[in-house]
Amino acid sequence: MSAAGAVSAGPAGSALPPRGLPRLIPADGPLRLADHVERYGPVPFRDRRGHGGRFGAAGLIGQVERAGLTGRGGACFPAGRKLRSVAENGRRAGPLRGQSGAVVVANGAESEPTSAKDRLLLTFAPHLVLDGIALAAEAVGATRAYLCLHESSDKLVFDLGAAIVERDRVGQNRVPVQMVPVPGGYVAGQETSLVNQINGKAPKPAFVPPRPFQKGAHGRPTLVQNVETLAHIALIARFGADWFRHLGPVPGPAVPSAPGSGAMAGSALVTLSGAVRMPGVYEIALGMPVGELIRRAGGPSEQPQAILAGGYFGGWLPYARAHDVPVSDPTLRAVGAALGPGVLILLPESACGLAETAWIASYLASQSAGQCGPCLNGLPALAEMLAQLAFGRPDGSALGGTERLLALVTRRGACHLPDGTAAFVTSALTAFAGDLRRHASYGPCPRARRRPVLPAPGHAWGAKP
Amino acid sequence: MCAELLPELITTDPWGYPIIAPGPVPRDLLPLARYAVTMCPTLALLLTRAERT
Repeated sequence: MSAAGAVSAGPAGSALPPRGLPRLIPADGPLRLADHVERYGPVPFRDRRGHGGRFGAAGLIGQVERAGLTGRGGACFPAGRKLRSVAENGRRAGPLRGQSGAVVVANGAESEPTSAKDRLLLTFAPHLVLDGIALAAEAVGATRAYLCLHESSDKLVFDLGAAIVERDRVGQNRVPVQMVPVPGGYVAGQETSLVNQINGKAPKPAFVPPRPFQKGAHGRPTLVQNVETLAHIALIARFGADWFRHLGPVPGPAVPSAPGSGAMAGSALVTLSGAVRMPGVYEIALGMPVGELIRRAGGPSEQPQAILAGGYFGGWLPYARAHDVPVSDPTLRAVGAALGPGVLILLPESACGLAETAWIASYLASQSAGQCGPCLNGLPALAEMLAQLAFGRPDGSALGGTERLLALVTRRGACHLPDGTAAFVTSALTAFAGDLRRHASYGPCPRARRRPVLPAPGHAWGAKP
Repeated sequence: MCAELLPELITTDPWGYPIIAPGPVPRDLLPLARYAVTMCPTLALLLTRAERT
């Protein structure tokens, strides 16, 4: 990564806004607290001498709304709106046994196996995330915060703990930040799963309503935000909404968007994997075409066949179709995929898209929390159907059976697992329709026998929830 | 069980879980709907008041 676009210190300790990219990931390695403050300036808390009330009455929440920042955890929900809801609910809820208003939960669990950006961000810019937590806590009137990390990353847990202590010593935290180790499992990092864990319950999604922004940790209005979203908030607080939105010309077809809409504004971390020469995490300007990102990553390493955009709740696109699509949630949704937590996987010609889909459908079925009949029963049945389509010689009834199952599992669960799986499978049936016809005529293709491209940690065929 | 009580609104999927017809419960079926919610052995049913738009 080049050093172009790094922040430089301005006069009197104020920092100049980063120009271009990267914004979140420092090009010269992880920053300790002192270097972080020198580079970005002190955290612009409301009451800070010389920096107080930078954004006036509208405050940080107003700036985040104007920036149009959308959540980077997968749902792409407007961050400003969530902040405002939690702040209002916190005020309404009032103090409870000495605790006031709200709670902040930073989601760094990264349960999506195809995503690596949160780990990278927490390693390279922990203080941006912790700044974001402190600023969000101030904005919503929270008195405590939780930072959720995958329990397997010992080093990350250790380093983040040290960073929190370092900040406590100099009063940079504003509210106590407690780390929460999150177990592996696809649904463990879901927002209500995290709230359940904080409340001492099993790491399973809860039925909604109420959603966390209404009632979450300890029964308080709770802001659950992905760690990357909080890092963007930390920069918006310093450099403003206009800086956030302005990131050079946005190539590709014009997308009508209302003022303040942020779906194509600002930068985002994207995990690019599969058959590219240089897989990894890239910070891009939203709206960059998929093909250009792949070029930046050295181009395909093998003949490309298709792209999975959005992770396991996203969608498949034939490569030629995906190539010119701007990377953003609305533009990817418009073609039947999604941005998700910023995941793009390039499937080579040497793989079979139906086999990959069957493999992941089996994995997702094993990840059911087991709370809802349609998911617990429907997903394994769906996986079995996919296996027939991928590895058998499917007749007409197999496809009809699959479509019936897809309808049976949608909007019938407490969380998004059945719906996301259904969307993922539906996109496969479209993108790999040619393979479906070939399998029906000639049986499974030899490509179906290769080792899966898509990761499914700890999974084996036939594993049960 | 609920599908037997309220076949106008509830069918079952292949695993015996209820598929609820969309839309509000007709007024004349409300007492039966309340009964079905009370009798559900797994508390899988919920009757909520519709928001006025």
